[in-house]
Amino acid sequence: MNAEKIPAGPRPYMNPYLAGVLLGLLLTATIYITGRGLGASGAVKAVTATAVQTIAPSHTASTKFYQEYSVEHGGGTPLKNWLVFEVAGVLLGAFLSGLISERLGFKLEKGPGSTKRARLYGAIIGGILWGVGSQLGRGCTSGAALSGLAVMSTGGILTMASIFAGAYAFAWFFRKLWL
Amino acid sequence: MGPLVPDIISSNLNFIMAFVIGILFGMILEQAGFSTSKKLVGLFYGYDFTVLRVFFTAGVVAMTGVMGLKHFGLLDINLVYINPTFLWSAIIGGLIMGLGFVLGGFCPGTSVCAAAIGKLDAMIFIGGSFIGVLVFAEGYPLFEGLYKAKNLGNPRIFETFNIPETMFAFLMTLIAIFAFLAVSVIERKVNGLEREPFRIDPYRAALAAGAVVLVVLSLAFTDKRNDLLKNIEDKAFVENYKLKEISPDQFALCIMRMEECDKFQIFDFRDEETYRKMSFPKSTLFTLENLFEKEPVKLLNIKHRTTVFIADDEMTERKMAVVATELGFKRIAILKGGVSEFSRQVLEFSSAGTPATNEEEYIKRFRTKAKQLIPVIIENNKPQGGVKKTQKRVIGGC
Repeated sequence: MNAEKIPAGPRPYMNPYLAGVLLGLLLTATIYITGRGLGASGAVKAVTATAVQTIAPSHTASTKFYQEYSVEHGGGTPLKNWLVFEVAGVLLGAFLSGLISERLGFKLEKGPGSTKRARLYGAIIGGILWGVGSQLGRGCTSGAALSGLAVMSTGGILTMASIFAGAYAFAWFFRKLWL
Repeated sequence: MGPLVPDIISSNLNFIMAFVIGILFGMILEQAGFSTSKKLVGLFYGYDFTVLRVFFTAGVVAMTGVMGLKHFGLLDINLVYINPTFLWSAIIGGLIMGLGFVLGGFCPGTSVCAAAIGKLDAMIFIGGSFIGVLVFAEGYPLFEGLYKAKNLGNPRIFETFNIPETMFAFLMTLIAIFAFLAVSVIERKVNGLEREPFRIDPYRAALAAGAVVLVVLSLAFTDKRNDLLKNIEDKAFVENYKLKEISPDQFALCIMRMEECDKFQIFDFRDEETYRKMSFPKSTLFTLENLFEKEPVKLLNIKHRTTVFIADDEMTERKMAVVATELGFKRIAILKGGVSEFSRQVLEFSSAGTPATNEEEYIKRFRTKAKQLIPVIIENNKPQGGVKKTQKRVIGGC
């Protein structure tokens, strides 16, 4: 191998179909091993529940949402949750991947016609909407849509269709953020 | 048989698995380009369909993979988490997430990836998602009605549409392939690229081959259970199926020597009431469904142990034994003539008449003894009932 031939800067991304096959195999293996699919928003929920429990224990004890959460997850500390460990892995895995492909670095990414301010507001409002929406949808793109499709769950596929339908329906109104 | 949790992989090891799976998940997402919001939302503005390609390829591969595992009897789907269907909250939640996607540029999983490589907008997005969960938690009384409305249970999409599982997989695969072709055209137009002259290169050939493989597999991984049930409808097939048979006398001998006969077990396919009234030692109440379930079939996998399938009539025994044999289980035998014939020949043996040959004389002596002993053995036997299933469906979801 001739080292001079490797260009400096970020490496190109993986072929999308190859990445898709790898992700599909990983998801199949996950279901075979653990009986459940991949996820993300559940970890956000677990961390939020832990934070509130630590800051205001009497509040969690008296609020229905946290009570139901505790019952559903068999009590104990919400941080001892499968998805919390999984998302910790995602953080490390993505970091390693960025390191290998030379994509590390602090950066605020925005559309060419957008302002930094608009991008930040968009990001925080978008995050809030995902926080609420993923609770209603009982999962996000990973937990409900992708894993739901893998096990052919009606609810998961319905959520998937709604996410895409919603995004396409609203895309036009926010085109200035991205185009 | 999977899932490997909790017996083969313990609950604590499962957390380590989660971490390892997460690392691979994060690596694949980042390598695919999911760590940049501009690439992610490209899907909604037509300039970059990477997300659609990765997402649907992964979805179709995993869907086919799960079907394949089930087809080969490697996965008990009754233990796998199936996302529940709450009609309205699934739709409204999805629409809210869709709006969040075009505003925020991420979804939760991709935002974690992007934050890991230093994207500031992703970090802000994650902060927002914590606030969002908090909003939901504090406003739960407001959301609860919608959240719990129209609970349809855990249906799977082919059950909802009442079509075969493979049919849905096949259609979904075709839709994905069609979408991949369509978005390539859109992408070129939006980005103002010239249409490349069509030629077959190794890359395109590989893609086409992959697509063909997926389509074929989506049709090939049929539901083994349905296939076998259909097969045993064919009476001639079941009657001519080669199975090990045990005569009523051999069976009687085994019952009487059960204590020293540890290579033997009985699966009783009669109904529970009959079973409770008259159960043989080392017999387990069993059903057709049990043959497809993770915990019950463990009994069939015990080495050097022959399992005798019993039912009232031989036909039922044969059907069950055919299903089990077709599923790959070994050392299965049936009681010739069924329990009814066993009762007639042994338990209700009439010693009247003089035996003509020596052999008949032996049979007479044996059956007379068996007739006295076996009812006592049955009387003293405590029926152990069916297989206790301790494993519940895995709790998954977000």
